[in-house]
Amino acid sequence: MTDNVLLQVKDLHVAVEGREILKGVDLTVNAGEVHALMGPNGSGKSTLAQALAGHPGYAVTAGQALYDGKDLLAMAPEERAREGVFLAFQYPIAIRGITNAYFLRSAVNAIRKHRGQEELGPVEFMDALEEKLKAIGWDSSYLNRPVNDGFSGGEKKRNEILQLAVLDPKLAILDETDSGLDIDAVKTVAQTVDKLRRPDNATVLVTHYYRILTHIEPDVVHVLAAGRIVKSGGKELALELEERGYDWLREPAAVS
Amino acid sequence: MSGIETQVLQPYKYGFVTDIESEVVPPGLSDDVIRLISDKKGEPAWMLQWRLRAYHNWQKMPEPHWANVRYGPVDYQAISYYAAPKRRPKLESLEQVDPKLLETFEKLGIPIEERKRLAGVAVDAVFDSVSVATTFREELKKHGVIFCAISEAIREYPELVQEYLGSVVPYNDNFFAALNSAVFTDGSFVYVPKGVRCPLELSTYFRINAESTGQFERTLIIADEGSYVSYLEGCSAPVRDENQLHAAVVELVALDHATIKYSTIQNWYPGDEEGRGGIYNFVTKRGACRGRGSKISWTQVETGSAITWKYPGCILQGDDSIGEFYSVAVTNHRQQADTGTKMIHMGRNTRSTIVSKGISAGRGQNTYRGLVKILKGAERARNYSQCDSMLIGDQCGAHTFPYIDVRNSTAIMEHEASTSKIGEDQIFYAKQRGLSAEDAVSMIVNGFCKEVFKELPMEFAVEAQRLLGISLEGSVG
Repeated sequence: MTDNVLLQVKDLHVAVEGREILKGVDLTVNAGEVHALMGPNGSGKSTLAQALAGHPGYAVTAGQALYDGKDLLAMAPEERAREGVFLAFQYPIAIRGITNAYFLRSAVNAIRKHRGQEELGPVEFMDALEEKLKAIGWDSSYLNRPVNDGFSGGEKKRNEILQLAVLDPKLAILDETDSGLDIDAVKTVAQTVDKLRRPDNATVLVTHYYRILTHIEPDVVHVLAAGRIVKSGGKELALELEERGYDWLREPAAVS
Repeated sequence: MSGIETQVLQPYKYGFVTDIESEVVPPGLSDDVIRLISDKKGEPAWMLQWRLRAYHNWQKMPEPHWANVRYGPVDYQAISYYAAPKRRPKLESLEQVDPKLLETFEKLGIPIEERKRLAGVAVDAVFDSVSVATTFREELKKHGVIFCAISEAIREYPELVQEYLGSVVPYNDNFFAALNSAVFTDGSFVYVPKGVRCPLELSTYFRINAESTGQFERTLIIADEGSYVSYLEGCSAPVRDENQLHAAVVELVALDHATIKYSTIQNWYPGDEEGRGGIYNFVTKRGACRGRGSKISWTQVETGSAITWKYPGCILQGDDSIGEFYSVAVTNHRQQADTGTKMIHMGRNTRSTIVSKGISAGRGQNTYRGLVKILKGAERARNYSQCDSMLIGDQCGAHTFPYIDVRNSTAIMEHEASTSKIGEDQIFYAKQRGLSAEDAVSMIVNGFCKEVFKELPMEFAVEAQRLLGISLEGSVG
């Protein structure tokens, strides 16, 4: 164990509606790293992401998760967020009646308050936002729209990335953010994420596609199958998966 | 869903009972009881005759059951129709008001002592059946504005009262209006003379305290030519297991180019989670835009009452007159509300705007019922209606019944409606961004109600937001 361990998941078991989905996941993410989490549909990738974020529908039945040395599972979802855990949702939620700008500023200020920093007023906030908007190719009209309401699938994903860029978390979990995006959008998203890479933060990319990994080079690639991580390796593993699919990995899962 | 639902409405904070010696007439309604009420108020004979006519009409009327609400039978003979604190206050001097009453209103956040006044607001405080104090009367009198208890107006300004009382809501208008006309006890009277812009916000606070009584207040506001007045009413009642009846009538009259802005924050006791107790709020409110270019604007925030039956409306008689209705109605637990408005267009170029926001939580049932009627002579009338419903949880209901009756082909009508839901997923999403569930719910509800809250006078907008359990932190801007 090094000092830079940001997330350490040990033998994590998670059940959804009484059915066990994760059956003992072990995962260590160090600061400064990008991990890609791949695997067939239904293998538990989103379950892992949701459980780490603290969704009440995902019950942890065994195991532990340490984040920055703290017991992540003992923290309320909003505490995890304030401590720097960010989940980019696979299906971002629409909230009518609240503008994107107001929602974002409230989130920024909730986190700033937690850190003992002064809250940002609307003007300061807009100043800080401008550059980040530009990076994802948006103008400010998106800020005055209700959160994700009436957004296309691609716009919702970009909005997640905007939030990620603005909230600047320590641990970002991106749950299939690249799904449903066209080639250019994948590139924009990937570049934004790549720019946020620092020695003191880490990213877990949940993805089905090799393509995004050509823009963000992962340090470690994991394959999740039937609720367990069945193989981990370097970025070359992703390419191998792209060529061979997942079937060759299913058998060892049963043995190990 | 339990987490979300409990955050929508804070526990009822106004449920205390003031221990004060009251004079309560025995339950029941008869000619004699009406004579007794009229006598206690020192009323002239014409008033008594009017009351009796109303009572005799009421006896022949069936209780209406067309509203989308359900409740057991009301025993009108089991209600006491008059209750008043025994130490009668002298209205000229606040020192003589029972300190317990001052304390009660103080506790409710309604300062009657002028030195603790709300800036720019004159208050009439009504406790059970009587007005106990009206502030700033002298200040208002300087501008010719009359603001007093209606019982006092009947004695002091009989010509005005006789001319306008029942001119918008006749004594036989409907079952509850007829009952009110027979037994109304107090309420406020406002007259703003020609060309005067009322320098203060006028406000009446209604408090039900006594047990087994009903409150039947009557409010009459007359804005003479070119005048302006903004009026606000608030209300609350103790927590009790029994249901109490509140059947009010409000009449507004706006003459040429006059404007009346009428705001309500209704917070009667809503009953408990199981639906025990709470006020039956059966109210008739109507404004007549009699004059050219006159305007009446209703804004209501309805959070209380077990059952609400209320349709503040505007009769747009004068050419170029304007009617507005802005409403937030919240039903939580077992509350039921059937509320909306009536806009009757008679004059040419009359315009009306309806913005209704219904929020249902728990097992609450929220119904918008509105009528927009364009009569033959109403050339180029316009209406815009917007009815939005928000559901919190999966056991509540939202219903919309818009009635549109157009008899002039030049009319332009617009109607928009929407339904949305605060779900566990939205709350989790907000939490994942660092917000607490309370902040998330209040943000969503606040955003939903924004268009209505901005119509309220400043102090009361704050009160309304607080009532919805909304934290104001960080919401400015």
